Amino acid sequence: MELGQMQKSLQDYTKSLFVEGILDSQFLQLPQLQDESNSDFVSQVVSLFFQDSDRILNDLSLSLDQKVVDFEKVDPYVHQLKGSSSSIGAQRVKNACVVFRSFCEQKNVEACHRCLQQVKQEYYLVKNRLETLFKLEQQIVASGGMISAMDLGF
Amino acid sequence: MASDGGVSCLRSSEMPNVGIGGMELPPLDEVHVLAVDDSLVDRIVIERLLRITSCKVTAVDSGWRALELLGLDNEKASVELQRLKVDMIITDYCMPGMTGYELLKKIKESSSFRQVPVVIMSSENVLTRIDRCLEEGAEDFLLKPVKLADVKRLRNCLTGDVKLSNGNKRKLPEDSVTVNASLPPPPALTTLSTDSSDSSSPPLSPVEVFSSPLSSREDDDDVLTSSPEGSPTPEESPVRRQKMGSPGLD
Repeated sequence: MELGQMQKSLQDYTKSLFVEGILDSQFLQLPQLQDESNSDFVSQVVSLFFQDSDRILNDLSLSLDQKVVDFEKVDPYVHQLKGSSSSIGAQRVKNACVVFRSFCEQKNVEACHRCLQQVKQEYYLVKNRLETLFKLEQQIVASGGMISAMDLGF
Repeated sequence: MASDGGVSCLRSSEMPNVGIGGMELPPLDEVHVLAVDDSLVDRIVIERLLRITSCKVTAVDSGWRALELLGLDNEKASVELQRLKVDMIITDYCMPGMTGYELLKKIKESSSFRQVPVVIMSSENVLTRIDRCLEEGAEDFLLKPVKLADVKRLRNCLTGDVKLSNGNKRKLPEDSVTVNASLPPPPALTTLSTDSSDSSSPPLSPVEVFSSPLSSREDDDDVLTSSPEGSPTPEESPVRRQKMGSPGLD
């Protein structure tokens, strides 16, 4: 595939993430924080988000699997995940966390289990999409192209 | 973007030279901010936001660590040289152990740091919380997720009050609003961008956002972050804007 086509693909792909609400405008803040001294900032912070979220989801699963669920433990995890997903613009994950927290408040174990599944689903979706996005970028760079934030509409 | 003049990073707990005689004033790039947030992702983001606006940053993960760096963690009189010199403290509200509010109180109770502006960040737009923080002496309250425009605004206020060695006008605390024409007047705290092109545009759909060079904040669907005032301009929080007081440089 020639460079121009790849760049068009990247642009379309990125656009689709916004159209589907997987990402929100906060994600557009991230490239603004990238410069020559921190040329990988976006992928770094996103990787960190993945690591952090993997850990939180694991802890959440464990907490909800207890015989007696301690919501004093569960809620802070959801709060953390809501915060970090919000900070990188992972809108659907954030929204799923909002719903989750309301069920934590009600101490509704069954609903919380469903919420956890929903959060996981949204998380794996955004993770998958962002990993694809970064791969597309890498392909462009490897082919000698440049990723310009302006090209992507940032 | 302003160039990054700081060398501190997340991993180094750097202790910049304390101006012993108090006569040295920091150059433009050396505004030093202490950032406190228990979330790793948020710490990385806030550190970057601050560094890209020419601040030196020390980022810590708890109020206790912040107090330790400030030399406020015990009752003994702190030795001058061991205290971290900061021009602003920005802290998350919800943290395990010590909340941002509690940290704020401790800072305002200290004779050495009560002049330092403290900014609170929170993902939750709770008016009573905001009021409580402002009453306790917080300079400002930012709604998360924090944006570059928010930090630029803080930075401009800080610069405005700091005497700079390169000829910038000294502003009185009352004149903390910057020269940027895009800033609407107080009292409402709004998402202000120093770029005039998006300061008053209506929220754009994702596709429009995507194809315009600058993003405009979209109203979150999250009930916790909806603006009670319901103004068309997306707002960070509808709080009365406190003037930035003179940062404690002495």
